[in-house]
Amino acid sequence: MMTNSTDHGGAAPNVALDKFYRLYGAIGFLPIMLLGLIVLFAIFVPHFLILPNVLNVLRSSSYLVILAVGQMLVLMVGGFDLSVGAVVALTSVSSALVMAGLKEQMADHPALIILAGVVTGLGCGFLVGLVNGLCVAFLSVSPFMVSLGTASIATGSALLLTNGIPVYGMPVGYVDGFGRGLWLKLPSAVYLAIAIVAVVFVLQNFTRMGRYIVAIGGNLQAAIVSGVPTRFYLVATYVLCSVFASISGLALTAQIGSGQAAINSQLTLESIAAAVIAGVSLKGGVGKVEMVALGALFLLILTNAMDLLTIDPRIQTIFLGVIVVLAVALDELSTRRTKRV
Amino acid sequence: MMESSLAETPRAAQAAREDLLLEMIGISKRFPGVLALDDVDFDLRAGEVHVLFGENGAGKSTLINIIAGAFAPDAGEFKFRGRSLVRLKPHAARMMGISPVFQEFSLVPELTVEENLFLGRELGAGGFLNHAAMRARARSVISELGFDILPDQKVGALSRAHQQMVEIAKAFLTEVRLLILDEPTASLTEAETQNLFALVGRLKSAGVGIIYVSHRIQEFQKIGDRITVLRDGRKIATVKSGDVSESELVELMTGRKVGVLFPSIDHRPAEKLLEVEDVTLADLSAKNVSFYARAGEITGIAGLVGCGKSEIVRAVYGLEAVASGSIRVRDEDMAARPTPIDMLRRGVCYFPSDRVAEGLALGRPVRENASMAALDLPTFSKARVLRRASERRAIQRIIDKLKLRPPQIERTVAKLSGGNRQKVLLARGMTRDISVFLFDEPTVGIDVGAKIEVYELMKSLVAEGAAIVLVSSELPEVMNLSNRLYVMHRSQLVAELSGADINETKIFSYFFREKRLEDGPAPLSSAMAT
Repeated sequence: MMTNSTDHGGAAPNVALDKFYRLYGAIGFLPIMLLGLIVLFAIFVPHFLILPNVLNVLRSSSYLVILAVGQMLVLMVGGFDLSVGAVVALTSVSSALVMAGLKEQMADHPALIILAGVVTGLGCGFLVGLVNGLCVAFLSVSPFMVSLGTASIATGSALLLTNGIPVYGMPVGYVDGFGRGLWLKLPSAVYLAIAIVAVVFVLQNFTRMGRYIVAIGGNLQAAIVSGVPTRFYLVATYVLCSVFASISGLALTAQIGSGQAAINSQLTLESIAAAVIAGVSLKGGVGKVEMVALGALFLLILTNAMDLLTIDPRIQTIFLGVIVVLAVALDELSTRRTKRV
Repeated sequence: MMESSLAETPRAAQAAREDLLLEMIGISKRFPGVLALDDVDFDLRAGEVHVLFGENGAGKSTLINIIAGAFAPDAGEFKFRGRSLVRLKPHAARMMGISPVFQEFSLVPELTVEENLFLGRELGAGGFLNHAAMRARARSVISELGFDILPDQKVGALSRAHQQMVEIAKAFLTEVRLLILDEPTASLTEAETQNLFALVGRLKSAGVGIIYVSHRIQEFQKIGDRITVLRDGRKIATVKSGDVSESELVELMTGRKVGVLFPSIDHRPAEKLLEVEDVTLADLSAKNVSFYARAGEITGIAGLVGCGKSEIVRAVYGLEAVASGSIRVRDEDMAARPTPIDMLRRGVCYFPSDRVAEGLALGRPVRENASMAALDLPTFSKARVLRRASERRAIQRIIDKLKLRPPQIERTVAKLSGGNRQKVLLARGMTRDISVFLFDEPTVGIDVGAKIEVYELMKSLVAEGAAIVLVSSELPEVMNLSNRLYVMHRSQLVAELSGADINETKIFSYFFREKRLEDGPAPLSSAMAT
């Protein structure tokens, strides 16, 4: 198409346009939109750019980043994890219960109490991920159904353990030092999110597992024929996703200061939304961790601006749904337009 | 690659002494509804090219899949280098030096060439990858094969021919003892084919055993040592290459004389029922294609796998998006985007090649499958309520005519063989008043007997004044049945042949057109740049 315009002898603007397209192709749609959104809100939304609000956005997006990165890995193997929200709730409740329970016996060893709570929380995530992964890999059950089932089990267990009442009594150090703490002027959760993004970045780009995740989602049959232990990596991916959900749950619990079974019902949808906005294909094989982190940030900035503008939370829920549907539709349209040669 | 196989002299020498690389005795394999392999013997010597020859569905793919470890045989003995193998897995087979190059590519489109080459056997330590080593190795393998591909290209963006090269290169990454080539030249140009043959020659002298699956008789008679003919899952004969003529081979393959297999069809071309003008598809799988089909004749479309011949007829039926051009049925312009129901109402019906994925509801009875496309007709429903008794009568009549065996309309389709499934699909076309039949690979995966019945049915349809468009990758089929034959190559219609011009040499010359255009000193890379 563009070669036609060279007929007019106007080569210079073409070069500029070409450069723009190449730049656009390299960084993609999301960073540009994110930047635009930040500029827009900085101008039009009061209190958006003041420090406490910025820290608030960074902190709350960190929890979502951790969740969405795990969700991305599962989406990349062509799967789905609807249980991440429930894992956050179960982790929150179980870790808080263990810490509160040990409070009396081990009052002198807060570090051990915290360790026990963290291990319990991570254990819950590991278990749910293992069940998800084993069912998907060995029984070939639809990941949609399996994770819907395990989500129900995890949510039910969390409610049963607490009767829906928040669990208090965690060590002060855990809540104030970690959950609400600022390290080098940034919320602790931000470091956690950065660390996890870094780990997954290395995983994706420099390890076998990263490559196998793409292969399994891109063409499962090819992966099997090529001798990739697909089942092992499928299980590992689901476990990783669930453990990330647990880590997010632990951080969130520490920040709230109590274990809650009804911690945030929107987390699962938000994690999928963040991944899809970041260009992760629901058909598998495609996804970049750095983009997913931006996707989560994008969602949180949007929510935050709506909060500041005092938009009804129920309307916000509708808005989130609209964004997810749009992102999925765009994903489908863009794959349809790709040429098959 | 070859250096590495020679480097291991003691083991290579031992293999040569044993001579028999592969030995298979009494291999059987059953899939739901078909006995794919029935008591087949096969062997391969080191340094030999053994050709597997047979029609689609004869059992060739099943056999090579068993050798590659993808399927386990139900019965029989399978020995590789004197060792009996049970529960062989693809990965283990590769480790032993069995390298398959499949026709359906085992490539991941989202990964690059290099990443695909090393998939499942990446270089590196402790889970981490050694990018530099893999890049160097990929480059050396590709250049040794003389292929025009770059290691960092995304495989999904490559043409089919280039993907085929990646698939072949993949087999050469490790030491090869037994190489399986499944229709390796199907999408290669003449020059690329010559490269491949030179390579096969070098491998032979290095003691590698090669199983070569191909339909192209002239091609494999040149490079093959022995030829094993399969038909309907049974081994018919193993002959020395050169001992048998081309027509003898065809006879062995089909089990009958060529004239018996294909009925002589009395074409009486009448008015144009379907006209496609300058149609380009949205995904560019077909560009500027124009053709027409007349009542009373079979119009064939031949071409290599992936040339766009199937896409163009699918587009006529509204299954692929049309970007530009026009489609006319009986001189009536169709909407820019025809839909299947529009087409059915105008008497055009498409019969998909993939009967399981696109054609039939396997768990439902023959009756429901046959009437599926005609439930809006008064025979089958009144005021949107089904007329079951009338449906049963109508379908039974059609099924009897098509000689379904057994002629039971309440059987679920899953229990039927390939040939019978095709008849159920055909029955669907006969429930309506259809005058244009679009057949997409109508005889894929069905036995010779059923094939002949399908051909006979086509003959009777043409005699009744129907227009048939026959898309097929089986050259003998389109050549012998068509009155006029179009040839497609790389998304374009390159020729229209009729009468005596419909012959193998002529058609092949269009398949390998680039070669003639670039016959001069043009380097390989420019010939393939498009």
